[in-house]
Amino acid sequence: MRARTDRRKIFEALNGYLFISPWLIIFVIFSLISLCYAVYLSFTEYNLLRPPRWWGLEGYQRVLEDELFLAKALPNTFKYVLIVVPIQTFLSLVLAFAMDQNLRFQRFFRTIFYLPSVTSSVVISLIFIWIFAPQGIFNQITGLTVNWLDDPRTAFYVIMGMNIFTTSGTLMLIFLAGLQDIPLAVYEAAEIDGANGIQKFFYITIPMLRPVIFFVVTVGVIGCFQVFDQIYVMTAGGPLDSTTTITYLIYKWAFRDTRIQMGQASALAVILTLIILAVTLLQRKVIEGSGSGAER
Amino acid sequence: MAVTTQAQTRVYEQTVFFDRLRKYLFFAMLAFWAVLSVAPLYFTLVFSFKPVADIYTPPIWAPIPFTLENYQTILGTFQLFPRWVWNSVFISVIITIFRVLFCAMAGYAFARIEFPLKNFWFNLLLISMMMPGVVTLIPSFLIIGPGLIRGGIDLGMFKLPTGFGLIDNPWGVILPGMADAFGVFMMTQFYKSFPKELEEAAMMDGSGRWGTFFRIVLPISQTQLITLALLTFQGAWNNFMWPLLVLRSPEQFTLPIGLQWFRGEYYTLYSVILAGSIFNTLPILIIFFVFQQYFVRSIAATGSKEG
Repeated sequence: MRARTDRRKIFEALNGYLFISPWLIIFVIFSLISLCYAVYLSFTEYNLLRPPRWWGLEGYQRVLEDELFLAKALPNTFKYVLIVVPIQTFLSLVLAFAMDQNLRFQRFFRTIFYLPSVTSSVVISLIFIWIFAPQGIFNQITGLTVNWLDDPRTAFYVIMGMNIFTTSGTLMLIFLAGLQDIPLAVYEAAEIDGANGIQKFFYITIPMLRPVIFFVVTVGVIGCFQVFDQIYVMTAGGPLDSTTTITYLIYKWAFRDTRIQMGQASALAVILTLIILAVTLLQRKVIEGSGSGAER
Repeated sequence: MAVTTQAQTRVYEQTVFFDRLRKYLFFAMLAFWAVLSVAPLYFTLVFSFKPVADIYTPPIWAPIPFTLENYQTILGTFQLFPRWVWNSVFISVIITIFRVLFCAMAGYAFARIEFPLKNFWFNLLLISMMMPGVVTLIPSFLIIGPGLIRGGIDLGMFKLPTGFGLIDNPWGVILPGMADAFGVFMMTQFYKSFPKELEEAAMMDGSGRWGTFFRIVLPISQTQLITLALLTFQGAWNNFMWPLLVLRSPEQFTLPIGLQWFRGEYYTLYSVILAGSIFNTLPILIIFFVFQQYFVRSIAATGSKEG
């Protein structure tokens, strides 16, 4: 009897591993081994031609002394996150709130708003290059004569605006689902206490939505720190490096430069991961700490 | 008494007025954003039907003069386009089939089967979902391509290769995309919340784990599988960074890589690029309209479950 249950247990365990094995193999190769190897590479000099050569913290030091990283990629990346994340979060929250007011055509709006999100980043970038060309549609409509993507003062903002435009639809749907989860009774109770619309928004909607806000901001931060496609297609980091971000710099060092530096690029990738981790934890503290205890 | 009533009426009228005003303001805002959302695609469609020379020429609202030459270029003259479409379809469909199956299998095991180190692997999976993709980019490229160690590991008898040698090969794009942490997580949550009775009945009748999984579990989780399939297909179809690194020769490109390359080679033919953009967008749009509820469901699920 005992032996039989033992055998059944072993059989179950075997089945369990068979079921997860396809995922597990890919996970171990492309996540676990990859991550360890990335950390190892970050302590080496590696140009694909000769085997990696251990040089300790030299790679990190070179990153931290690199002019392009310090003067452009680092500030640009933070600027991008600090502008895009708050605007897209606020905008999508307001849109979701407007949709939640039981207006007519809700389904229609929901579909339309999601359109920019289903379009690929490359296609939307190619379209925006054309719209923001010197003789493009944007200048035609507004009567301006700015060369948006060739001017270091404007190029980055066009990319930011485009990405706010494409992500807000998805985020709006996430907020809408969160809003519809808030029980009506809470609002009714507040109405009896004499709360007006604005008070209800700030004292009920926002606190009740805190977990969803945390999710949207986290996804936004992680995504924005890694912005790449649009920059590659629209400006390739230019003009005058005004749109070079950390992820683009990693790509440039590892794959594009004539002198490939995969070790140094890995060091930067590790630094970026640490930055993202720190910001996520910090932001979790801020969003959870500022509440009045309305957690779900 | 009468005064109070009057005051009350006034307050009531005011509330109604502000309620209406608010509703109109919100509606105006939504309408404005809707116009913005449609505009780029609308202009793209319009100019894809205008001659190449008219790429910046008004009118911007309608395709005047009208021509089909851009689409003829795509489908006839420029023979790489159909290839790119085919490559995109092939890669996205294969990734979707494998990922949905593998994620469902792993999710089912995490939710139902007891095996050693289960929690350990599941926690690793959760952590990996927080890990930015950029950090594994270089090693993943080496694994797909030349290998972590040039020439492989020397085992005396033979050399164990550390890379797949799949650069410029569609399978190099497909392989790492076959499974993914989020999909496994999503399926695990789903099976955990799903009643066990049906499966138990099947097991009683003598079906093993595998028989039960393929005959009972997969069919009843159809909705969830479609949702995951749509998300995966959309991601694979639009993916850019990874195929950009793996695919090198124009015959192997997917549509997004091809369009970007085409712009570099023939930047004067921007109308053709716009027509190509329509080709890249249309399949996703059709799928989106047909399966709209599934998209909405998947997005709602990501938001409320992780919060």
